[in-house]
Amino acid sequence: MSNTEKTTKKVFTRPNALADVPTHYCPGCTHGIVHRLIAEAIDELDCLGDAIGVCPVGCSVMAYDYFNCDMIQAPHGRAPAVATGVKRAKPDNIVFTYQGDGDLAAIGTGETVHAATRGENITIIFINNTTYGMTGGQMAPTTLPGQVTQTTPYGRDTDTAGFPIRVSEMLATLDGVAYAERVSVDNIKNVNRAKKAIKKAFEYQTQKKGFTIIEVLSTCPTNWGLDPVKSLKWLEENMMPYYPLGVYKDKEAQ
Amino acid sequence: MNKTMHKEILLAGFGGQGILFGGKVLSYFGLIDGKEVSWLPSYGPEMRGGTANCSVCISDKPIGSPLILTPSELIVMNSPSFDKFINAVQPGGNVFIDSTLIEQRCERDDINCYYIPATMLANQNNLVGLANIIMMGKFIKETKIAQPETVKKAIEMCVPPSRSHLIEANLKAIEIGMNYKED
Amino acid sequence: MERNLMKGNEALAEAAIRAGCKCFFGYPITPQTEISAYMAKRMPKIGGVFLQAESEIGAINMVLGAASTGTRVMTSSSSPGISLKAEGISYIAGSDLPCVIINVQRGGPGLGGIQPSQADYWQATKALGHGDFHVIVFAPSTVQEMVDLVTKAFDLADIYRMPTMILADGLLGQMMEPVTFPDQQSINEYDKSWAADGHKNKRKHNIINSLILSPEDLEKSVQERFERYDKIAKEEAMAQCYLTDDADIVLVAYGATARVTQSAVDLAREKGIKAGLVRPQTLWPFPADHIRTASENASSLLCVEMSMGQMIDDVKLAINCSKPVHFYGRTGGVIPTPTEILTEIENISGGAKE
Repeated sequence: MSNTEKTTKKVFTRPNALADVPTHYCPGCTHGIVHRLIAEAIDELDCLGDAIGVCPVGCSVMAYDYFNCDMIQAPHGRAPAVATGVKRAKPDNIVFTYQGDGDLAAIGTGETVHAATRGENITIIFINNTTYGMTGGQMAPTTLPGQVTQTTPYGRDTDTAGFPIRVSEMLATLDGVAYAERVSVDNIKNVNRAKKAIKKAFEYQTQKKGFTIIEVLSTCPTNWGLDPVKSLKWLEENMMPYYPLGVYKDKEAQ
Repeated sequence: MNKTMHKEILLAGFGGQGILFGGKVLSYFGLIDGKEVSWLPSYGPEMRGGTANCSVCISDKPIGSPLILTPSELIVMNSPSFDKFINAVQPGGNVFIDSTLIEQRCERDDINCYYIPATMLANQNNLVGLANIIMMGKFIKETKIAQPETVKKAIEMCVPPSRSHLIEANLKAIEIGMNYKED
Repeated sequence: MERNLMKGNEALAEAAIRAGCKCFFGYPITPQTEISAYMAKRMPKIGGVFLQAESEIGAINMVLGAASTGTRVMTSSSSPGISLKAEGISYIAGSDLPCVIINVQRGGPGLGGIQPSQADYWQATKALGHGDFHVIVFAPSTVQEMVDLVTKAFDLADIYRMPTMILADGLLGQMMEPVTFPDQQSINEYDKSWAADGHKNKRKHNIINSLILSPEDLEKSVQERFERYDKIAKEEAMAQCYLTDDADIVLVAYGATARVTQSAVDLAREKGIKAGLVRPQTLWPFPADHIRTASENASSLLCVEMSMGQMIDDVKLAINCSKPVHFYGRTGGVIPTPTEILTEIENISGGAKE
């Protein structure tokens, strides 16, 4: 045994729940970070064999190739309903959805709100990056006032296009929600917090506490037209004031 | 009784008079006696307080359309239904009329009409809400559609277990209808 | 076996439970709501799942989820609700998932009416969603057949890994008839090794998916599905023939309309007209061979529907337009009468031919 091998300790590796394949995500996109956090949580809770993921239409539609647990691809917006079907049929499995803002808060608002109010014992990972990424950067329900997108070329005019939806705040009003937290992955401290939140949501699910949602503020450098570092800065300066981080609902803390 | 039996019975009245229930009791006569049976209600918002009617076929042969437009027997419990259906009855058919609620008299001479003040009889005998079953009693008497054991069994099967205390009242209503003699 | 008097909707729900249906996701709509009500009452007692969804869209996607886990699952609705489910049905077909869908048809288009109709024939057999796919469609015409075909619908869904549909109508759903259930029903088990039910670290992960971005791969997957459809078309088409052997005029009708039509055939025979009836029990696959054979010696056909004429296209194709195919239909919730159909038969056949 060489000296190096004796003293070298592996401190960072690919989580077991994450497939060893290249992803299709754009450079600087934070989907990769969130995928990793979910995979770490699954590893740490040792629930890979029980986990079933549901990914609907959006940039993350092909997440079925990236997670090593059983995966289901859902129609646009319908992941909470699909996850409901899975969980009701198999109550002892760990069921999560991975949804973008257009998916969750526009076309799938009904499914989201009702899964939440039923206290469906599932976990939603909600990626809020203020845009429709997959279709090339159109206005999302979370697009900020004044924000320029392909379908708000003069900036989102709240008189005609309405206001952004604060999903965590809205869902926190529902009795069926056990845990709702908004986190961000713009820096290491926030990434660690996000990891803790995701793990906590999965733990709540194993304890059958009810509906859990983790909203993750994310970047979309490609559609924002910014480089990855500037994107993180933009998130911090523009999204965080409108979408404050924090725990919006915690059944156990009440 | 070698002739094949085929009855097309239409029950009609207001929602709340137990029209559908009456039809159900009739259907059970057929079920118990091993006949072919169909029961078809009018359904939808009109049931909520409006007119209600119900088609019942009892036959020795498989039943085609369960919807009855020209009944061989009509049991009718309100005036609008009388006007609507009286001319549709097949010649030679039987009509049972609740004469408490229907003032009209049938002018056809090719059908048999029985006038029973069923709602009044129900009120007099402390059987409010069972005028439909009193009508049924008269119907059984005139058509001989079912034997007494069949009638009793059918009532027992139709009254839900939570209301089993009403079985006696239903049987009494049948009896009143069977014994009623027109003046 | 005991004869029970049951509404078509309730008998169908009971039959589904006896066929091993473990999950039911519904949404109220007339004239099928009794199915949901029955499931709500019974499912908790047998350890099954009943859930009233937030919408028909929600319900069909819950079906997608439960079916993904390999669980026997059903949903039911009526015409406008089926339109809402169309998206989900396409995904279910594209993901090769088994499930049973009930359509208790009412008049349309739009909100239409609530009375019985057969105006969803095209939707059920040709385009129950976007894309190249089929659904096996059963057409019962009695309450007993509602019961018998539900078990078959679950079995074929599992065997071919595809959605199947019971296409009923308000008349069959609302009417009561005597019905018997088998005393001891064995539930057939089929391979579900494809299911996403948690791999327990014992196998590679399963993926339930309808997204295939490469045109060549998508084409291959659709072609593979159509090979299955070819097999189904050969093996699963069902129809019943009534007095067709010597028939000069062959009527074709399904579902509730077939009952009325059969009465009309009897009336015609009483008048000396040689009429017969072919009653398709599956609408896809369409029993074209049955119709062709049954009408070989006939001089004309008459298609009777509660629509403006939808199945008639398939009847014409079945005989390659080799004979006149007439049509009689009522729509909007109007139920044709035996006498109306008899008049039509008489007009076509020119009265009695002895």
